[in-house]
Amino acid sequence: MKIQENMKTKKNKKNYKSLILLGILFIATLVIIKYSPDNSEKIIDTSISYFIQMAKVFPAVLILMGLFSVWISKEFVMKHLGESSGVKGIIVAFILGALPTGPMFVAFPMAQGLIRKGASITNIVIFLSAWACIKLPQELIELQFLGIEFMLARLGMTIIFVTIMGIIINKLMNKNQIN
Amino acid sequence: MQNTTIIINGLVILLLIISFFKDQSKTIKSLKIAGRSLIKLAPTILSVILLIGIIYGLLSDKIALLFGQENGSAGFILIAVLGSVMHMPSLLAFPLAGSFLMEGASISSVAAFITTLTMIGIVTLPLEIQTLGKKFTIYRNVFSFLIAIIIAVLMGVIL
Repeated sequence: MKIQENMKTKKNKKNYKSLILLGILFIATLVIIKYSPDNSEKIIDTSISYFIQMAKVFPAVLILMGLFSVWISKEFVMKHLGESSGVKGIIVAFILGALPTGPMFVAFPMAQGLIRKGASITNIVIFLSAWACIKLPQELIELQFLGIEFMLARLGMTIIFVTIMGIIINKLMNKNQIN
Repeated sequence: MQNTTIIINGLVILLLIISFFKDQSKTIKSLKIAGRSLIKLAPTILSVILLIGIIYGLLSDKIALLFGQENGSAGFILIAVLGSVMHMPSLLAFPLAGSFLMEGASISSVAAFITTLTMIGIVTLPLEIQTLGKKFTIYRNVFSFLIAIIIAVLMGVIL
């Protein structure tokens, strides 16, 4: 009972903090726009375009997460992405991350959901990294703008080093240190 | 991006319909979970959007300048740091990196820029800390920076 209460106040505190951060940034933006009108157009344009980009996919991603938490069992995630999932888990994490599913800030809440369902830290690191820099549609753009040699070399090395990084972070961390 | 948007939303609507026919109460529960997550994450996400606007608005001219006179290992590290501070979807990062390559930037610096730009996000730190915790966030970002440098140097050697 007491633990539950503690968790509740901790959660409220976190929400409170994020509202303060938003307030500070909002005021900062207004100040910058007022005192540096040259940059204001770019600031407003960039923020709006990111907001639109986010608004287009975020509701869908949240619903997907909701469906995921209701339909996919803990056992399923633990089997395919858990501590004992081995090489297969690594491959599943790379594929999940590389599927076309939107900007990076969508990936963090999804990773949180996967960890709560029992995914290993190694696989979460791989999932986030794959999401960030080897997404399938983006690789076609890389091919077009940077050429096949560059793309294949970067892809190959990213897969190798991201896997190593995942294993090292897993060793360094205790799972209950994550929210 | 447009296609991605259509695919994601189409897929989710399809799944939602399937879910609804299979089990109504489970589907409603999933929508409630989605709503709660939205309320919880909205302030942080709006903060990240404002931060991207401020950084991009204030610094984009200076970035072009830096790449124009890029040389030596100091410039290389600076570019990696810059890639970490800035945040850009890889869809935009690749064309930009391609243009730097055409202007004569080295393969290593372009590779470092892409990897840090997409994997490390100073601006998304608040969201990453909120969802995954401080320790994980620090480890992931520090190690990503290191492997970005390693990948970049190796690519310079290979290509």
